[in-house]
Amino acid sequence: MEKLPFERPVINKLSAGMPGKFGMKTHISPVTHIDQVGVKELTGQYGSPLFVLSEKSLRQNFSEAKRAFETRYPKVQFAWSYKTNYLNAVCSVFHQEGAWAEVVSGFEYDKAIALGVEGKHIIFNGPDKSRDDLKKAVNNNSLIHIDHFDEMYTLTELAGESENKPKVAIRVNMDTGVYPVWDRFGFNYENGEAWDALNRIMMAGKLELVGLHAHIGTYMLSASAYGIAASKLAELAAQLEKKFGHVAGYIDVGGGFASKNTLKGAYYSGSDTAPGFDEYAEAIAAALVNSRIKPANMPLLILETGRALVDDAGYLLGTVIANKRLSDGRRATIIDAGVNILFTSFWYDHQVNPGQPVSEHTEETTIFGPLCMNIDVIKEAAVMPVLKKGDRVVISRVGAYNLTQWMQFITLRPKVVMIDPEGNVHLIRDSETLETLTSLEKLPGHLKQFRL
Amino acid sequence: MRLKKNIALSETGFVFDPNTGDSFSLNRIGLEIVEKLRHDKTDQEILNELLENYEIDKASLDKYYFDFVSTLQYYQLIDDTTGHREFL
Ligand SMILES: Cc1ncc(COP(=O)(O)O)c(C=O)c1O
Repeated sequence: MEKLPFERPVINKLSAGMPGKFGMKTHISPVTHIDQVGVKELTGQYGSPLFVLSEKSLRQNFSEAKRAFETRYPKVQFAWSYKTNYLNAVCSVFHQEGAWAEVVSGFEYDKAIALGVEGKHIIFNGPDKSRDDLKKAVNNNSLIHIDHFDEMYTLTELAGESENKPKVAIRVNMDTGVYPVWDRFGFNYENGEAWDALNRIMMAGKLELVGLHAHIGTYMLSASAYGIAASKLAELAAQLEKKFGHVAGYIDVGGGFASKNTLKGAYYSGSDTAPGFDEYAEAIAAALVNSRIKPANMPLLILETGRALVDDAGYLLGTVIANKRLSDGRRATIIDAGVNILFTSFWYDHQVNPGQPVSEHTEETTIFGPLCMNIDVIKEAAVMPVLKKGDRVVISRVGAYNLTQWMQFITLRPKVVMIDPEGNVHLIRDSETLETLTSLEKLPGHLKQFRL
Repeated sequence: MRLKKNIALSETGFVFDPNTGDSFSLNRIGLEIVEKLRHDKTDQEILNELLENYEIDKASLDKYYFDFVSTLQYYQLIDDTTGHREFL
């Protein structure tokens, strides 16, 4: 007689009435394929855990965002936020789509140059640009966004040493009705500091003021905040026109559009609450079009969108190591991917699906990573079909920030692959080896030997 | 090991405990085990039957079985006087 397939026996307590922290029971469908490539084949060939990026989703997201803005405003330019995901393959997809580079450190700057981005297409943000970084950026005609007065003075000095007049914008922070206000970066709008900085630049005449910049926060659920930010920047541009007859060539409203991830503690899922590109675009375009800037001088609109373009193109595949029952009776599922490679699990309630066909039956469980640490919780309250050792799980919307903020800890960081639009799988970052790490270490001579 | 006497069990795996008012749901194998327990089969008998009918090795089955049974105990569905503590 043919034997029946085995599923772990489970019993779940049913609770009537209000949904608990596990939420209402929903059917958890398996994610067996990513862009037609089997999850089983992917982990079989490249190991587990494994990051997978969908080139198709990257390009789709980009064209959606671009369409949303270009149908509402005549001059639009995206600049890819390197810090969100600076794997060369990802940056190249966006550069092929026409995005410039937006960098916030000398390292990122050099990475963009090495990838073949021309200096004039690099926006250089951030509070920590060394004198050498600035010099390089001036020589390459990059767009330098000044964060504070010290930087302005350094640039003024450098202007005397270079043939190029430094091309600058100032970063402006402001009250957009979303709190806390990110006032650590740039010059404040409300207290007049931003206007003061612009006056100093115009009076000194050493720097070429090419634009105005703001980045009001990240994962901003309010589209109207962008309307306010765009209005305030436009007001500065209008004042420059009026007082100096100077046209600021662009207005850069930064990044920060929400992705469809769900924030921890949020009652509704991110796919229900996050505004779409159309809503952000509507608010920003309306603010610029309705501003006091003269129609002939309408600035180029620059967007540094990061998260919203890349988050849902990234997946993390993992494997169940063990099932446990905690002392209080709760279930625990331990997988081979920890928070060290999934940094965003600290603020997102990530969607986790089984990677193979499953039964209808679900159970409440907490998903833990493999690190020997209490904080290693991938998902606090998951309702999952019954999983057993060796089963695969697929964690969705992990494309933003994880591949730049991941930490090497007690094990080696895994491979990253990209699936191209034809369904071919490309290794875009290899896993680390012991040698990768030890090659950076130096063992002093007197420590080379020991006897136990 | 014995299921508490007055526990109500439906064919679809719905369990009702009149002692506490709690209700539970079982998956198919869970239901099969609970039914066997209700018929006073021993752990060994149940394990042998499952091993015969399902595609699973003995070590994994033991692990899942006793884990399941201790969950039943945790939910107080097992008659505590029948001396099953050796499995905990
Ligand atoms: C200056 C700047 N631009 C763009 C971004 C990208 O933001 P996001 O990924 O939220 O779109 C950031 C991220 O913090 C940033 O600091």
